[in-house]
Amino acid sequence: MSGDQLSAVYGALADPTRRAILTRLTEGDANVAELAAPFKVSQPAISRHLKVLEQAGLISRRRRATARFSHLEAEPLREATVWLARYQEFWDESYDRLDALLARLRNEHSG
Amino acid sequence: MATTRIIAEPGTPFVEITREFDASRELLFRAHIDPDLLGQWLGPRATTTTVDHLDARDGGKWRYTTRGADGNDYGFHGVFHGTPSPDGIVQTFEFEGAPGHVCLQTVTFEEQGGRTMLRQNAVFQSVADRDGMMASGMEQGVNEGMERLDELVARMASLD
Repeated sequence: MSGDQLSAVYGALADPTRRAILTRLTEGDANVAELAAPFKVSQPAISRHLKVLEQAGLISRRRRATARFSHLEAEPLREATVWLARYQEFWDESYDRLDALLARLRNEHSG
Repeated sequence: MATTRIIAEPGTPFVEITREFDASRELLFRAHIDPDLLGQWLGPRATTTTVDHLDARDGGKWRYTTRGADGNDYGFHGVFHGTPSPDGIVQTFEFEGAPGHVCLQTVTFEEQGGRTMLRQNAVFQSVADRDGMMASGMEQGVNEGMERLDELVARMASLD
């Protein structure tokens, strides 16, 4: 995933309503009315959020009968968490090595 | 071992890392500014870090290279702002693979009952910089197994 795509994904995830929408979609596809129900915002406002999520590739929308249903696209989310895992690994391993070094320095000092 | 906690809120240019150590803050500080010591722990286990220079004073420069598991060298450099001390270290950080993308790092050491909480704050120039840096700059030397204990024991034995 390019830096621009990552930014689009993170921009989309920066909003709590959009994160809640994604969480709801993990349970299954839903239309705008269903997605708007838990929030104190209008359906047009939810539609705007859906547009941002769609542009970031986090959801796709398909028409079924007269309603459009939103569908969660998991792959960009998975990719977006990869960098955090790498960063975590970098510092995890560095600080574990630092633990060992500090232990040795303490022993040298006391011995 | 203690847990390394990383907070990177989506849509912000910040990263915060916290980690507790079983050591005084003076010792922890020394491990950060002594070139020999820094080279012994910085970077994932599959990498080797060589500190070219580290001038721990206000305006002093530092540079190190990290050799990844792929055999390539990655350079990093920056400047200290204010005199580094056990209270904290403020420095710029630039990955030479992405010149001009500078990050401001603040590391503080908080000692309590013989243990020290390290807090590392990084502020990037933009959200894209932060996400891009993490996506590219940290790729080397990963995909290693988690069998670090063996390695640590071997390291400590070889140092005796």
